Amino acid sequence: MTNERYLFAALPTIDDEVNRRLHRRLVDAANAAGLLDVAYRTIDTPVGALLLAATPKGLVRVAYASQDHDLVLEGLARDVSPRILRAPARLDGVAREIEEYFAGRRRTFDVPLDLRLSHGFRRTILSHLPEIGYGKTASYAAIAKAAGHPKAVRAAGSACASNPLPVVVPCHRVVRSDGTIGQYVGGVDAKRALLTLEGAA
Amino acid sequence: MSPPPFEELVAEHGPTVLRVCRAVLGPADAEDAWSETFLAALDAYPRLRPNSNIEAWLVTIAHRKALDHVRARSRRPILTDKLPEPLAYEGSPGGWESGLWEALEALPLKQRQTIAYHYLVGMPYVQVAQIVGGSQDAARRAAADGIATLRKTFPKGESR
Repeated sequence: MTNERYLFAALPTIDDEVNRRLHRRLVDAANAAGLLDVAYRTIDTPVGALLLAATPKGLVRVAYASQDHDLVLEGLARDVSPRILRAPARLDGVAREIEEYFAGRRRTFDVPLDLRLSHGFRRTILSHLPEIGYGKTASYAAIAKAAGHPKAVRAAGSACASNPLPVVVPCHRVVRSDGTIGQYVGGVDAKRALLTLEGAA
Repeated sequence: MSPPPFEELVAEHGPTVLRVCRAVLGPADAEDAWSETFLAALDAYPRLRPNSNIEAWLVTIAHRKALDHVRARSRRPILTDKLPEPLAYEGSPGGWESGLWEALEALPLKQRQTIAYHYLVGMPYVQVAQIVGGSQDAARRAAADGIATLRKTFPKGESR
């Protein structure tokens, strides 16, 4: 091996502690400079790891592991901003509320939301979902009606299917008119688990 | 294609940029320069042209941030009434091998830079020359002269 390669092998190793220290410092500096457009973290729950992402305005994305967190982050880079860092502190409040929810100690979420990833009628639909109370369900038809477009049942379904904030915006409480559980962004098992937790199934 | 999340850049290129900052600046200012590099990169990132060479872009920013430190050092007053505290890095595990920074620091700045960018990052001399200025041959000579000196001043490298 040549001398120059030995030389640089002699530089201090860059271990996890160094990486963590530098990363924390970057996050702090980015926050202070107003450059942290999207902060994210993951949280372990009974329905698997959830990705949580927030802009300075509020929670902008919740995603199930089955949705592929790397893909979701790429989507955020494209649709919100590429200035994205793993920065748990901004998500502390929502992570605590989600933990309380899964422990059965919380029925509503009161963290600020950033609904910029949902547009038009889909956003209107999502804004009506919190009206379905904890432990209750409503049909896609009922939600379409509540949003002022009783015939837009399919649109209500696709609004739920593209909900950027599952769990927190309760699309899991929307079921089919015949009483069957219907589809869910996190998979039917996750939907059933949430409804069981809430005592609705 | 849209740019990857900045977090990926930190994970992928953070260690290389830190090694560059260490080789050019030594233990005292390396982490400051690293932080300034990535903060400046985060700021400019949305304006970076698609398909840019991200590593070369980050090393170019690190080069400028390190230069700021070199210049600030040369302006810093030399205190004669009080000796600086000995740095804790020497001989500590995961720290600097004794004699390495002293050998690097004794080199002219340009030799340190060209060695770091060519041998540490793996950049071709044409790219190194774009960052440090001057011709490709001049960059190659600076690195070769630096390595020749290091063979004498940091012989440890050869014995291992």
